[in-house]
Amino acid sequence: MAVFLILPLAIFLLFVIWPFVQAIYYSLTDWGGFSPTMNFIGFDNFVKLANDDTFMQAVFNCILLGIFVPLITIVVALIIASVVTVAGPSKGTIRGVKGSGFYRTVSFFPYCIPAIVIGLIWSQVYDPSAGLLNGFLTSIGLHKFTNFAWLGEVATAMPASMFVIIWGFIGFYTVLFVAAIKSIPAEIYEAVRLDGATRFRTAWSITLPSIRDNIQTAYIYLGIAALDSFVYMSALFPNAGGPANTTLVISQDLFNTAFRKGQFGYATAMGVVLAAITLLFAAIVFGIVRLTKGREEGRS
Amino acid sequence: MTSTSQIIAPGLNKQGLSRNQNKQKLTKGDVAVGTASHILLIVWTLIVAVPLLWVFMSSFKTTKQILDSPFGLPSKLDFTNYVNAWNGSGIGSYFANTLIVVVSALIIVMILGAMCAYVLARFKFFGARAIYYLMLAGLTFPPFLAIVPLFKVLQTIGLLNSLPGLILTYVAFALPFTVFFLYSFFQTLPDEIYEAAQVDGASEWRTFFQVMLPMATPGMAAVAIFNFLGLWNQFLLPVALNSNQSNYVLTQGMAQFASQAGYSVDFGALYAAVVITVIPVLIIYVFFQRQLQGSVSQGTSK
Repeated sequence: MAVFLILPLAIFLLFVIWPFVQAIYYSLTDWGGFSPTMNFIGFDNFVKLANDDTFMQAVFNCILLGIFVPLITIVVALIIASVVTVAGPSKGTIRGVKGSGFYRTVSFFPYCIPAIVIGLIWSQVYDPSAGLLNGFLTSIGLHKFTNFAWLGEVATAMPASMFVIIWGFIGFYTVLFVAAIKSIPAEIYEAVRLDGATRFRTAWSITLPSIRDNIQTAYIYLGIAALDSFVYMSALFPNAGGPANTTLVISQDLFNTAFRKGQFGYATAMGVVLAAITLLFAAIVFGIVRLTKGREEGRS
Repeated sequence: MTSTSQIIAPGLNKQGLSRNQNKQKLTKGDVAVGTASHILLIVWTLIVAVPLLWVFMSSFKTTKQILDSPFGLPSKLDFTNYVNAWNGSGIGSYFANTLIVVVSALIIVMILGAMCAYVLARFKFFGARAIYYLMLAGLTFPPFLAIVPLFKVLQTIGLLNSLPGLILTYVAFALPFTVFFLYSFFQTLPDEIYEAAQVDGASEWRTFFQVMLPMATPGMAAVAIFNFLGLWNQFLLPVALNSNQSNYVLTQGMAQFASQAGYSVDFGALYAAVVITVIPVLIIYVFFQRQLQGSVSQGTSK
C-alpha cells in the first residue's frame, strides 16, 4: 500500500518541490549555470534587479497585464454570461436570449487551443500587409491602417497583446460564470422582477453579490496567468520585448537571462520576484473582496 | 425556442409554467434588450470564429496568394501546404513526439494520481494532511520559479533534452491537479464497498484496481480530459528542458514558426501546421464538450 503513495510522491518531490526549494537558494548565488562554481552573495541579485531598467520595465508591464487582463476579461465574461442566462424576455420563465447554447459553444473553444497557436494566429491577423485586421479596416475605408504595424508601435503593442490574451480567456470564464449564475435560485429573480427592479439593478444588486466568490477565484487565476503571459508574448514577439520593450514580461526576461545569457542565479532571483508579486497580487484581491463584503454586511 | 430555453436554464425552470405561457407578448424593453444582446453575442462570436476560419481558409492558399490578399479565396482545395508542413517543416515528427509524450504522461499521471489521491482520501495516517497541502502548494506556485533548478535536476540525472525526461516532468507537474480533484472524488465513494471488498478477502491492490478505481471512472474521465488539453498545450517545460530539435513537440514547432515569421517563412505551411495542431483538441472538444463545460460548472457549484 505504501508503494501507492511513495512513487507519485517521490516524482512530485524531485521534480516540483525540490526545484522550488533550490530556487530560493540559487537566487542568493552568482551561479552561472554552466560553471561548477557558485558563490553565496546574499541579496546582491535583488539589489541588481532593482537597478536593472529592463527588468523594472518588465515588472511594470506585468503589473499592467495583471490589472487590465483580469478586469476586462471578467467584465466581458460577466456580460456575456448574464445575457445567455437571464437577459431573455421579462415575462415567463427567467431565461437567456435565443441560441445561447450556440454562442457558448463557440466562445468556449479558444480555451482548448494551445496558447502558442493563439499567439501565432493573432500575429498573422495583426500582420501589417497580409493580415486579416488591416485587410478588414482598409476594406471599410480606413486607409490610414494600410501597413499599420499593430505589434510594432509603442502605443498599440501592449493593448493589442492584451486583446489576444483576453480573447483566449473569455470563453472559459463565461462558462464558469454561467454555471455560477444558474446556481442562484430563480425565485430571487422572480421576486425582484415583481418588485419592479430594472435589469441593470437586478444584475448589480442580485447577480454580482451572489457570485462574488466566483469572481474572486476567477480574478486570482486570471491574474496569475496574466502575470506570466510567457507563451502569448513569445508567440507575438519572438525576439522578446516588442517596441522599446513595452511588452517585455518578467518570464521572458527570466528565460533569456537563464537560457540565453546563462546567468542562472540572477534568473532565479527574477523568479523569486515574480512569485512574490503573484502572492502579493492574490493577497490584494482577497483584501479587496473582504472589504466590499464587510461594507455590504454593515449596511444591511 | 422553448426547447433551447430549457436546455439553457434547467435550474431556473422549476416553477412549472406551461410552454404556452412563455409565448406572451414581448414588451418594448424586451425587444431592445434582446436585440442589443444578440448584437453583442454575434459580434463576439465573429471575433472568435473569423480568425479561426480565416486560418483554415489560408491553409489552402499558396504563399503568394496569402501575401497578395488576406481575403482572396484559395483557387482550389490543395493539400500541398499540409504535405509541406508535415514533411518539410517537421510537423510530422513533432506530432509523433507530442503523441508519445502526452499519451505516456497521461497514462502514468492518471494511475499515480489516482493511487495517491486514493491513499490520501481513504486512510488516516500521520502526514496525510501535510502531503495534501504540499500538493496544493505545487498547484499554486508559478512554474517559472522552478524552471532553472529543474533544468539542473534533469541535467544531473541525464534526462535533459530527452523524451523520458519530458514525460517525467509532465507527470510531476500534472500530478497536483490530478490528486487534488480525484481526492474529493474518492472521498465521496461509500466506505461500505471498501469494507465489503476487504471482507471478501480482496487484497489492497485488488480492492483498488478492481473495485474502487472503476467506481471513480467519471471523475477520472473529467480529469483526464483536462490533463490531455493541458499537456498537449504545454509550452514552458518543453521549451526550457527539451532543446534537441529531433525531440521537439508541436508547441515548440509552432514557436519555431513564430520566430521565423517576418523572414522567408512558408506561410502556407504555417497555417497548415496551425490547423494540424488544433485538430486533435478540436476533436476532443467536440466529443467531450459536455463533460468539459460540466466540470467547469461542478467546480463552481460547491
